[in-house]
Amino acid sequence: MKKFLVSLLLVLVPLTALAAEEGYVDKAPINLNDYASIQRGAKVFSNYCLSCHSANYVRYETLEQVGLTADQIKGNLMFAADKVGSRMTIAMRPADAKKWFGITPPDLSVEARSRTPDWIYTYLRSFYRDDTRPSGWNNTALPNAAMPSVLWTLQGEQTLKNPVKEDEKPDFVLAHAGKLSPAEYNATVGDLVNYITWMAEPGKMKRMEIGVYVLLFLGLFFVLTFYLKKEFWKDIH
Amino acid sequence: MSASQKVLGWIDARFPLTSTWKAHLSEYYAPKNFNFWYFFGSLALLVLVNQIVTGIFLTMSYKPDAALAFASVEYIMRDVPWGWLIRYMHSTGASMFFVVVYLHMFRGLIYGSHRKPRELVWIFGMMIYLALMAEAFMGYLLPWGQMSFWGASVIISLFSAIPYVGDALSQWIRGDFVVSDATLNRFFAFHVIALPLVLLGLVVAHIIALHEVGSNNPEGIEIKAHKDPVTHIPLDGIPFHPYYTVKDIVGVVVFLMVFSAIIFFGPEMGGWFLEANNFIPADPFKTPQHIAPLWYFTPFYAILRAVPNKLFGVVGMGAGVVIMAFLPWLDRAKVKSVRYRGPIYKSFLALFIISFVGLGYLGTQPPTPLLNDIARLLSVTYFGFFILMPWYTSVEKTKPVPERIPE
Repeated sequence: MKKFLVSLLLVLVPLTALAAEEGYVDKAPINLNDYASIQRGAKVFSNYCLSCHSANYVRYETLEQVGLTADQIKGNLMFAADKVGSRMTIAMRPADAKKWFGITPPDLSVEARSRTPDWIYTYLRSFYRDDTRPSGWNNTALPNAAMPSVLWTLQGEQTLKNPVKEDEKPDFVLAHAGKLSPAEYNATVGDLVNYITWMAEPGKMKRMEIGVYVLLFLGLFFVLTFYLKKEFWKDIH
Repeated sequence: MSASQKVLGWIDARFPLTSTWKAHLSEYYAPKNFNFWYFFGSLALLVLVNQIVTGIFLTMSYKPDAALAFASVEYIMRDVPWGWLIRYMHSTGASMFFVVVYLHMFRGLIYGSHRKPRELVWIFGMMIYLALMAEAFMGYLLPWGQMSFWGASVIISLFSAIPYVGDALSQWIRGDFVVSDATLNRFFAFHVIALPLVLLGLVVAHIIALHEVGSNNPEGIEIKAHKDPVTHIPLDGIPFHPYYTVKDIVGVVVFLMVFSAIIFFGPEMGGWFLEANNFIPADPFKTPQHIAPLWYFTPFYAILRAVPNKLFGVVGMGAGVVIMAFLPWLDRAKVKSVRYRGPIYKSFLALFIISFVGLGYLGTQPPTPLLNDIARLLSVTYFGFFILMPWYTSVEKTKPVPERIPE
């Protein structure tokens, strides 16, 4: 009965955001004003992700919005396309991918809007060795993920010490160190997720900037209309 | 006679321009005591115009094709100049349409605006509400995301619960055995032309019916009962234009501030206006774990899930919507406005609000046995408000209503 009443109470305060059920997540260091971080993330993305995952709705030239020149984009990020106006497509065919991985790796253009940046950040740091899996890897954020640990040369190899408990931080041990220290690896994944988040809606910061001016205008307009109404209504009542 | 008067005279001899302007604006006398709740009618009209205008621009770049639809929406968001703004205005407008319409309906409910002689105003309003639900439901399929696809699949499959003809009927609606390209194309046709035409026609009927009988007001007093003996103008009435036009403009600006704040700073509204799952392209082979319609349908969706039997669930869901149309005849009180009603009505009204909001929340949540029990309790409460209304409104003693609108 008590549980019933508590639930009833919860029903009466309905305007809590619809939190996605994602289990345990770490907070991703997202800062869409940090162009250097987005640029570093773009580099990691094109080196490590953009062979299996496409970002079909994103054009390379969009990166000019975070301070890169067309030449920098061409020289450092474009391996599979020749025009900066091209989209971030991949050569791997979806049917082949399905044969090789059991699943077609999803397009990542708007991944940060279907999953949260926090989840992606957690996922990319939660791979561990599991010999029962065909790829030899498993992931606590997405159990039995088809994706192997693509960044393992950077992160090293983690093992899972104890079975994961729901909503609790998994107990990882770094069995073999990678090229980066754990702190450096976290920063690199942070850049990558910052990029993936930016890419999901490149115009987001511009949108908010315009919003400030729109609200300022409406604020002034409100004063005007308010006194107009007051003037007209003087003779009523 | 000035040149403009000459032009106007020429027109008036051929088209009732001046008389229409007078009948519906400058000499349409509205009660002088409209309050906050009376902004939502004009705001609903504003949002309707917003949806039509942004919708026209969206159709210029959108592709109603199962293979192209999702990509075309992202194309609008990224490559079409200001496309993101047009799209967010449309997606936010859809939810805000229901916000203002629900508040508009609630206004009618508390001040008795559905009562005699305004029954037809209410009925036309209910028809607008039904058309709006169909419009929103079909529009939601168009982005062709996971929720678009599975939401439509679930809702259309409800028709299959109807005995004998159900399966054939749901197939006929889809134009296929599953939701597919054929479904997307016909929903597009309905969304961009058929239903907007119906909506516009109904809105005109709603306003004509309203202007025939005159507006109600927070006191629930008929202002036409006391007219100036010479001019025949209601003593408590003021011309809609300029008084309510300038007042409504203030409401419009405040509304636009809320509307813009959502569009520019949080168009997803934490998943309430744009769902995370709809950023994944539709995949007929991958059912999402939890399928829920957008918030404006969830009170009725919760009623559907609360009933253990599918057919009766569908009947309950439909009844939940349709029962509102009977309000003018369910309410037997001598007074219209909540201001002159007693504690019994007010208690029932409070229970109704709790049940509607509560069901709306439960409809967004994955079902558990406990939540289902609460949903059942709230469904009974919801229907109780309507079914018991003839009884509790006729037995309760109401307060005396003044002849004229108090100063």
